[in-house]
Amino acid sequence: MTNKKPKETIQELGKRLAKEILAGRPPKVVVPIRALSNIAFNKDTGTLQLGNKKAERNFFNVAHAKKFLQTLEVAAVSKELLEEGKHASLRDVFYMVKRTIPNTKINIVDDQPESDDAIEDLELLTEHSREQLNINANKMGSVAGQVVIEDKGDEIDWSRMGSGGWSIPSNVEEIKFKKVKAKYVLYMEKAAVWERLHEDKFWEKQDCIIMSSQGQTTRGIRRLLQRLSQEHKLTIYVLADFDPWGFYIYSVLKFGSINLAHMAESMTLNTAKFLGITADDIENYELKKHLITFKDVDSKRLEQLQNYEWFKDNKQWQRQFKMMKSLKAKAEIQALSSRGISFITDKYLPEKIKKQDWIE
Amino acid sequence: MTQKTAEELAKKQRDISIAEFFEKNRHLLGFDNPRRALLTAVKEAVDNALDACEEARILPEVNVELIQLSETRYRMIVEDNGPGIVEKQIPNIFARLLYGSKFHKLAATRGQQGIGISATVLYGQLTTGKPAMVTSKPASSKKATLMKLKIDTQTNLPQILEEQEIDWSGKDHGTRIEIDLDGSYIKGRQSVDEYLKETAVVNPHTTIIYTNPEAIQTIFARSTNQLPPEPKEIKPHPYGIELGRLMKMLEITEAKTLHQFLTSEFVRVGPGTAKEICENSSLLPKTSPKHISREMAEKLYQGIQKTKIIAPPTDCISPIGAEDLEKGLRKEINAEFYCSTTRPATVYRGNPFVVEAALAFGGEQDAESTVRIMRFANRVPLLYQQGACAITNAIQNTSWKNYGLQQSRNSLPVGSCSIAVHITSVWVPFTSESKEALAHYPEIIKEIKLALQEVGRKLGSYINKKRRVSEQQERVSIFENYIPEVAGALSKLSGIEKQKIAESMNKMLSKNKEFIQAHKEAHKVEIRKKKDVEGQIKLSEFEDD
Repeated sequence: MTNKKPKETIQELGKRLAKEILAGRPPKVVVPIRALSNIAFNKDTGTLQLGNKKAERNFFNVAHAKKFLQTLEVAAVSKELLEEGKHASLRDVFYMVKRTIPNTKINIVDDQPESDDAIEDLELLTEHSREQLNINANKMGSVAGQVVIEDKGDEIDWSRMGSGGWSIPSNVEEIKFKKVKAKYVLYMEKAAVWERLHEDKFWEKQDCIIMSSQGQTTRGIRRLLQRLSQEHKLTIYVLADFDPWGFYIYSVLKFGSINLAHMAESMTLNTAKFLGITADDIENYELKKHLITFKDVDSKRLEQLQNYEWFKDNKQWQRQFKMMKSLKAKAEIQALSSRGISFITDKYLPEKIKKQDWIE
Repeated sequence: MTQKTAEELAKKQRDISIAEFFEKNRHLLGFDNPRRALLTAVKEAVDNALDACEEARILPEVNVELIQLSETRYRMIVEDNGPGIVEKQIPNIFARLLYGSKFHKLAATRGQQGIGISATVLYGQLTTGKPAMVTSKPASSKKATLMKLKIDTQTNLPQILEEQEIDWSGKDHGTRIEIDLDGSYIKGRQSVDEYLKETAVVNPHTTIIYTNPEAIQTIFARSTNQLPPEPKEIKPHPYGIELGRLMKMLEITEAKTLHQFLTSEFVRVGPGTAKEICENSSLLPKTSPKHISREMAEKLYQGIQKTKIIAPPTDCISPIGAEDLEKGLRKEINAEFYCSTTRPATVYRGNPFVVEAALAFGGEQDAESTVRIMRFANRVPLLYQQGACAITNAIQNTSWKNYGLQQSRNSLPVGSCSIAVHITSVWVPFTSESKEALAHYPEIIKEIKLALQEVGRKLGSYINKKRRVSEQQERVSIFENYIPEVAGALSKLSGIEKQKIAESMNKMLSKNKEFIQAHKEAHKVEIRKKKDVEGQIKLSEFEDD
């Protein structure tokens, strides 16, 4: 990350390109390639890192012209937001950019992934995260525990947020921790499981923080987890489905993602531990009856995971992959409910943590 | 069953009147239904007029008029500026079947059998009971002759009902024929309109003034003042002769010896070749033709096949010429691209022939239907039996996909295109008497395909060039539309005036077209069938966060 202010960086980008044009040179930007082919696993830091491969975007190239324009449009929106001190969601930015070019049937962006992509380009060009550019993701996550924080002058007690918990904003940089009484953080991919644990007051019984998202882990959650891990030395346990996608959620938290390799440092959790569901759990907790047979996509995804550089030399994980492969089946966290509705709260989780039965 | 004696049977054996013959065989002559009858009548009259003019070396101007008399009855009037016909010959030419000058010679003329016009007169007479009215004026006489003619259906002899001398003011020479007949006038691919239009295409030296039954006049004006060279008459080539014809020729020849017969009655047979034929047939060169029996004739026929004989001369064939054919097409079809070719003369079964092809692409033609095919033989359009024709076969078996047209396997190509194919020969091989479809000789199909490939290649390179140009324009227009947007965004970012940035970018665009690199695959605006993957930006590899 650069020390310059985001607004200045964006202005400089605009000035540089305008000068090129006025000098009669075709305007270009150079963006690192965000693809598996340009990702390296740094064994020292334990994170994914962007390689040196770069793509040049020349406006006077039919294939690049539109992307070039999209990046500039997004930059202009961001500059406006920064000037006015307002924040916009990814969806807002999409609508702010979306319009039809006069005399054509061409839309500057047709759907949101296009503007999201342009925003990621802008992050790479300016070396500022989108949160710093005043663009936020949608919030999708809940947290509960014996923690008191301060956010925008309001004091918030995570133990007194009713049945829904505190919903995690997309930008958590400004939050101050006032009081943290917890031994660890339990992060799960399923909101339904979080609700179960919250109802059972798991966080109170076990002295921990429970956190969830719906599906993908958003940047806000990853950053919040990282701050809790770094600033309060809390261990992060991950609870995910027993399937390739569940494993990958852990992978992203621990090592970083291919798409956001450029900001791996501020996102990854070196201490994250995969608590379950493991292949051994299927055996130990008699979940075999509740397995779901693999589809082709599942097998393919599993194969990809096996070959990722950061998993290749990890014997524990390779053993899991192998066992999953021979089972040719997956299981959801909720499969534990077959043993009783609060089985997960009363038996499974305390036992796993006590036995230190996890994978790293 | 009681047996009948020969005498009894003999009572029933008699001459068949030509009227009866005609009635039973009208399909052979092209009068099988009212629509086709009207077309055939016009066709025979116009063919005759054009042949007459060309033979007399006069630039043809033909007036065709159709008048509807009742629901099913029409009057056809065809008038030319030809040499005229001497009074004595008028009845024979118009009112006697199988009388003519072209049947006995081998030359590339339109008519060949001497049936056409008299069959039309007979058809009119049988369907309406009225005589044909012929007016003709040779350049040498001051007055024109007007005759009302019928054919005696028992004897096949002309009947002159009325004859008078008239003034034909304003006409130096020419012939006019009026026939009333039953018919049906329908527009479309097999109509009189189409026939005349196509005739104009392959006869660019001709002017046709046509008034249809709706009294709408169309003038097909000539586009060249150059008459086609006179068709030369040639003697038959030994390879083109069949046994029956050979026997007939032996019978009527004036030659005294077989050797003399061979050298005088055939083309490309000199003393040496004649001797060789005799040797190969085991016949004496001095044998009198009159004394050659059927068995000997058969030996002679086989001997001819064994002997190597030079191909016939091809200078007797006068093609339209690529340039004139293209001119004709330009005149009648509104398209954006035209091309044509004339193949060198070749030979099938001893008959020299030339194939020409022309093509008109784009313009107002329908792009969704199969291409329009125009078939011609000796400058006459062929409108019926397209499916049975060697030309259609050759078009189907040419791979048009290579030349930018759509085509499913072995069928007619689809696209906004007209294809014209003309074959000219001293003897055009038709599949039947109605002269509507070319027979499938391999030599002929091969030549047609070669001609089609030549025009096809020209079409292909035109379509390619056009596509390249439009791609380039499309690319430029993409940038033209994007520039104001980029300039607007950059102006917001940098504070520099939008107008200045846009101007500078437009300058770059117009000055340096080579800036414009083509990477088509990533561009959504362009819809292409073929996409090549060469982009560095692999969007698909981006994974979910």
